[in-house]
Amino acid sequence: MQFERIKQKLNILADAAKYDVSCSSSGSKRTNTNKGLGDSSGMGICHSYSEDGRCISLLKVLLTNYCIFDCAYCVSRRSNDIERAAFKIQEIVDLTINFYRRNYIEGLFLSSGIFKSPDYTMERLVSVAKKLRTEENFNGYIHLKSIPGASEELMKEAGLYADRISVNIEVPTVSGLKLLAPEKKHEDFIKPMQKIRNEILRYQEEKKIIKSTPKYAPAGQSTQMIIGATGETDKDIMYSADYYYKKYGMKRVYYSGYVPVAEDKRLPPMGSSVPMLRENRLYQTDWLLRFYGFRVAELLNKNHPNLDIDVDPKLGWALRNLSYFPVDINRADKIVLARVPGLGIQSIHKIISARRFRKLNWEHLKKIGVALNRAKYFIVCDTQGWKHQDLDASKIKGLILQNSSGKFRDKFSTQLRLFN
Amino acid sequence: MDNSKILIYDGSFNGFLTSVFVAFEEKIQVVDIQRSSIQQNGLFSDSTIIFTHVEKAKRVWNGIDKKSHRALKNIYFAFMSESKNVELLLYRYIRKLFAKRFAIQSDYSDDIVLKIVQLAKSVGREKHRMEAFVRFQLTKDDIYFATIEPDFDVLPLISKHFRSRYADQHWLIYDVKRKYGIFYNLTGVEIVSLDLQGVFANSILRNDCFITEEYSYQELWANYFKSTNIRSRINPKLHAQHVPRRYWKYLSEKKQVV
Repeated sequence: MQFERIKQKLNILADAAKYDVSCSSSGSKRTNTNKGLGDSSGMGICHSYSEDGRCISLLKVLLTNYCIFDCAYCVSRRSNDIERAAFKIQEIVDLTINFYRRNYIEGLFLSSGIFKSPDYTMERLVSVAKKLRTEENFNGYIHLKSIPGASEELMKEAGLYADRISVNIEVPTVSGLKLLAPEKKHEDFIKPMQKIRNEILRYQEEKKIIKSTPKYAPAGQSTQMIIGATGETDKDIMYSADYYYKKYGMKRVYYSGYVPVAEDKRLPPMGSSVPMLRENRLYQTDWLLRFYGFRVAELLNKNHPNLDIDVDPKLGWALRNLSYFPVDINRADKIVLARVPGLGIQSIHKIISARRFRKLNWEHLKKIGVALNRAKYFIVCDTQGWKHQDLDASKIKGLILQNSSGKFRDKFSTQLRLFN
Repeated sequence: MDNSKILIYDGSFNGFLTSVFVAFEEKIQVVDIQRSSIQQNGLFSDSTIIFTHVEKAKRVWNGIDKKSHRALKNIYFAFMSESKNVELLLYRYIRKLFAKRFAIQSDYSDDIVLKIVQLAKSVGREKHRMEAFVRFQLTKDDIYFATIEPDFDVLPLISKHFRSRYADQHWLIYDVKRKYGIFYNLTGVEIVSLDLQGVFANSILRNDCFITEEYSYQELWANYFKSTNIRSRINPKLHAQHVPRRYWKYLSEKKQVV
């Protein structure tokens, strides 16, 4: 291998790929049965974390950053004056194998700029995956990006080698897409999603009858949206996320705060800060939808098109719906407990197990790990006296903010700090 | 008759299980269970040395497993924490487990149960970290070699993970703190001890027992680590939370900082 040349390419193409936030390596069921290399049957592993605190579990690179499209939000856009490079297929295969053998990574995340045509590009992505699986006997994780506009046959083949496939919707609204990526059509994103969805379902059906049916994208598909590039509301984002979860059976929707990459009058100016707090609130909402039994309209609607910045979305909902509380820790169903601020899935599980032995009081809850500073306003338990029943929403919110500290608190505090 | 005793065992998990067996069989009032390496005599109680007996240990193992597989896993993991007095805590836990008909292992409002779960959890976390932070370097004898220094004795716990993942390469993971390692020879894993000369971790100095390309790959990886970082989102606190400083000296991507 020519290490100097590879190093240059790796720097350029890893740098261009880093705005894709998806880095999960879990959810696949590829066991190492053939004494080959790798196994992706367990949970995902983050082998390192970059200095921005994000997980590094996959070798995330572009095949090339040459691109025929000119999407305003993208660093690899045609009109951007940057260094370009392209990997050979064998180079990526060698890199992946050698990184994997040293336990640096869980597998490969391969995306690409679109050169010549979508099909030409997709074909190359698929052949990297194919080579890894068939020639190198590789059972690690492979995440392939599907290229908008690629043919159905190629999409079908991609799923046979990849664990996960994703198409990034990038701009949550159709009007935003027209503004920022006028050359791309909304259908170009939707069609591959639908195709993969259909294939996953078809293979699952076949598997029920014929046990030796090969795996098809066992870790499902995911997508990503850019946050804060087109002035969309949180409601726009979460409603479309909800749509993708339901319609296409997405495993994950990722939210990526827009990092200004080029000067463009349609976009936030260079140097404007990344909306990390907003991103955090959106992920919290995403979890409430997927694991806590909330419906999206309960959290975001006409009257509340945006999430609260100062409190988390569950607490925000609880403060607007005080009539729902207090909840009795020793009696309430799981689904009711899930709506109490300060109770997470882990503590709910522990509460339900523990209350079969005795009635729980504040002490028990504290030891179990419940965030009582938030929960205590919304629950009753075996300790006598629910002291907070005469408080109104703004009082509770004030008390909670006063008696807790959050990692983003300094970003929205209106009170001037004495020392800086 | 007062039958209270301190049990002294050899420090192995089987030794501990044998102690539990003996305590049950001879109806001993257990004052403490101690490793022979750190034993301390009590003023008013006798001590007995327990000789590890695999059959007896197996009976306790199977007995617990029959009660609850999860409890068994928690016991094993908590034992590996090597934390002070964990043996007595585990002994009480096991007594509780056998005394009650229902599944006390999920009684999170009980102090002993909760403590065992928490210990098992922190060992589990360390196990997961080691599965992530092991960095193999390829030696000239074609062995992928890594040194680690985990907080708990997790080598027995991570063996299966690496065995199924790297089934087609020789590898050796060495715990420099506890001075033993596990070596996979393409058919099975064996325990080895080495006389290590010098540090094989993350030194900028090159060691000639590794192939020359090894350092090129480490450089590529360090480069990748740098280019995949988004500078406008930098968050050193979060970074150090996920990758605690005590592990840096074994991570090749953190070479420059150490």
